[in-house]
Amino acid sequence: MNINFTLISQALAFSTFIWFTVKFVWPPLLRAIEERQKTIADGLAAGERGRHELELAGQRSSEILKEAKQQASEIILQAEKRASEIVEEAKNAAKVEGDRIIAGAKAEIDHEIFSAKESLRQHAANLAIAGATKILRKEVDANVHAELLASIEEDLK
Amino acid sequence: MAADTELTPTKYIDHHLTHMTVQVQEGAFWALHIDTLVTSILLGILGMGFVWLVVRKATPGVPSKRQAFVELMIEFIDNEVKNTFHGNRHVFVAPTALTIFVWVLLMNTMDIMPIDITAWVTENVFGLHYWKIVPTTDVNTTFALALSIWFLMIFFSVKVKGLGGWMYELFCTPFGKNPLLWILNLLFNFIEYVSKPLSHSLRLFGNIYAGEIIFLLIGMWAATGVAGAFFGAILGAGWAIFHILIVTLQAFIFMMLSVVYISMAHESH
Repeated sequence: MNINFTLISQALAFSTFIWFTVKFVWPPLLRAIEERQKTIADGLAAGERGRHELELAGQRSSEILKEAKQQASEIILQAEKRASEIVEEAKNAAKVEGDRIIAGAKAEIDHEIFSAKESLRQHAANLAIAGATKILRKEVDANVHAELLASIEEDLK
Repeated sequence: MAADTELTPTKYIDHHLTHMTVQVQEGAFWALHIDTLVTSILLGILGMGFVWLVVRKATPGVPSKRQAFVELMIEFIDNEVKNTFHGNRHVFVAPTALTIFVWVLLMNTMDIMPIDITAWVTENVFGLHYWKIVPTTDVNTTFALALSIWFLMIFFSVKVKGLGGWMYELFCTPFGKNPLLWILNLLFNFIEYVSKPLSHSLRLFGNIYAGEIIFLLIGMWAATGVAGAFFGAILGAGWAIFHILIVTLQAFIFMMLSVVYISMAHESH
């Protein structure tokens, strides 16, 4: 255990190694580590941003969904309204048509009644004339009373 | 001659604890422990070279396993430094801490190498009779590191606070700026400045040296016979496993103390 010149040479070696480390070893690795830290930090930030965007997208999609639902219910409402309108219109139209048909039928019936009455009247007149003719045949000359008969016939019409 | 070649326990320990020494100049101080110097520089080149090779190709993307390992180590050290030192640590303090940790750890780890096998290799392969492979069992190494940190401490004190600020701190802290207390303050700071490098270096040296001695004692027991070899092997393995903890812990403590001392130099009282 004797102190000698080795001490000074060791100190020189030590300072050389320190110089080497300070100059060549530390900076590149520090750079690499810092760069990686930056990359990791960026990645984390990007992840955070992505999460945030996902959240926003979720919000947006639910909004859109809500809107779509609202629109759909509005459309359904309108359709229902329109449907009831159509039904109403159809009802009205059917009623009008029915009324028209009924009116036509009534006119037809009236007409039928009138013509039946007419033919009945004709028959009755014919029958009356026939009866009268049979009664009068013996007593009345057709030629003499033709004018009278014609006037009766006219009245019966 | 027979007495010279016979291996006694004293000779065994002596052999393992003797440095390969070269005399640079006349005088006791000018001796140079070649084994300490060469081993430590080789280990430094190995350690820092490995880190450098990995770091040179470092990518910010997915790291390779080697890069991940180096990053793990550097981030661990960087974290420790960040908790202690509050300036811009990347300029000097953190790289210095990394250097100290890697280098001291590797030098300490040499302690786990089987002593007699490495001694045989250095003797028979490289032809070196004396070769201590654990640089941190040489007090010169630990003092070189501790004193370098000590000079850095003073350098940063002067740099951050100015020469006047440092002088003020020497004379007027920790007890107060009353002129009567100047001597006391100076004495206190002097003791602090002396004790810091001493405790710093001797803690590392003592722990590793003691570990080395225990390996030697176990080795001596192993030479006594079959039973000795058996228990020596078990104890040696146990001590080596325990030593993994010690060498790492001591390297970490040495690094942390260096960081703490340099940080304290940056802060005014």
